Amino acid sequence: MVFLGLIGLTALTTGVAFIDLGPFNTVVALAIAFCKMLLVLLFFMGLKYSSGIMRTVVIAGFFWLALLMGLTMGDYRTRSWSPAPDSWSATAPPTHP
Amino acid sequence: MTETEARAHHPGLAHQFQDLEQQQETDTLGIWIFLVTEIMFFGGLFAAYAIYRWLYFAAFEGGSHILDIKLGAANTMVLLASSLTMALSVRSAQTGNRRSTVMFLVATMILGSIFLVIKGVEYNQKFEEHVVPTLDWAPQGETLAKIAPGGVGHAEMYFIFYFAMTGLHAIHMIIGMGLLLWLVLRARKGTFTGGYFGPVEVVGLYWHFVDIVWIFLFPLLYLIGGRY
Repeated sequence: MVFLGLIGLTALTTGVAFIDLGPFNTVVALAIAFCKMLLVLLFFMGLKYSSGIMRTVVIAGFFWLALLMGLTMGDYRTRSWSPAPDSWSATAPPTHP
Repeated sequence: MTETEARAHHPGLAHQFQDLEQQQETDTLGIWIFLVTEIMFFGGLFAAYAIYRWLYFAAFEGGSHILDIKLGAANTMVLLASSLTMALSVRSAQTGNRRSTVMFLVATMILGSIFLVIKGVEYNQKFEEHVVPTLDWAPQGETLAKIAPGGVGHAEMYFIFYFAMTGLHAIHMIIGMGLLLWLVLRARKGTFTGGYFGPVEVVGLYWHFVDIVWIFLFPLLYLIGGRY
């Protein structure tokens, strides 16, 4: 059952790639990947039946991953918000969109 | 000897553990902590990918159009099937069924090999299209037309990510295949009977993790471009 669900989601995500949803293509693709990951984690890897300590370790892992992604992207995304002082401009790296 | 005594003197039980259950719990916790370090390992690549994709969006879309979406989807299904057979072999080891443990482990290895062969075919296509950064980077004709709008140099960056991420994933697969072979040899001797199945479970969790990495690589590398 879980396997059929995973195969179905794979077919769905491949199919959706052929439909133009604008920026939502990426959102949908990642949401489907996230669902597939949950299925694998909970059933194939047995987290559904594991003790609390395993779940804590896994949640901690994803928490650190969220920090890694969140802070890195937060840096890049906000660089253009406040322009650097003119005195920096000689050495400042090019600003990105 | 009673059932409980037999389990307490199982040759797979290391002396520092009281019983197989305690050993099993420790093994599983250990591999999960290792997998968390692996999440961070791949996470660095995913974060770098996210930044460059945001900076050079058009180039990454162009690069993704060169990948073969059918082979990618087929490989996803092959890998998901291998996760299923892996889960079934863990289950067989838990119930102490030697024959089906070996059978499902071998099935997992076969599916893993199919994945690597398809991956090899894809890598070969990249060489034929001359889109291998450093080694063979000279896109021409139709290939060039696909990646030119976003900037050829930036598309090269996409392919660096493509090869780094799928390559690292493939190395994990090859290591996993070695572990599976080791399990098959031990399982054939009937090691994983009588409540001892730690190694099968641990390798199984590793194998599923590698599967999850691919679950994210497939949409990020193959599907971002949109095919409409």
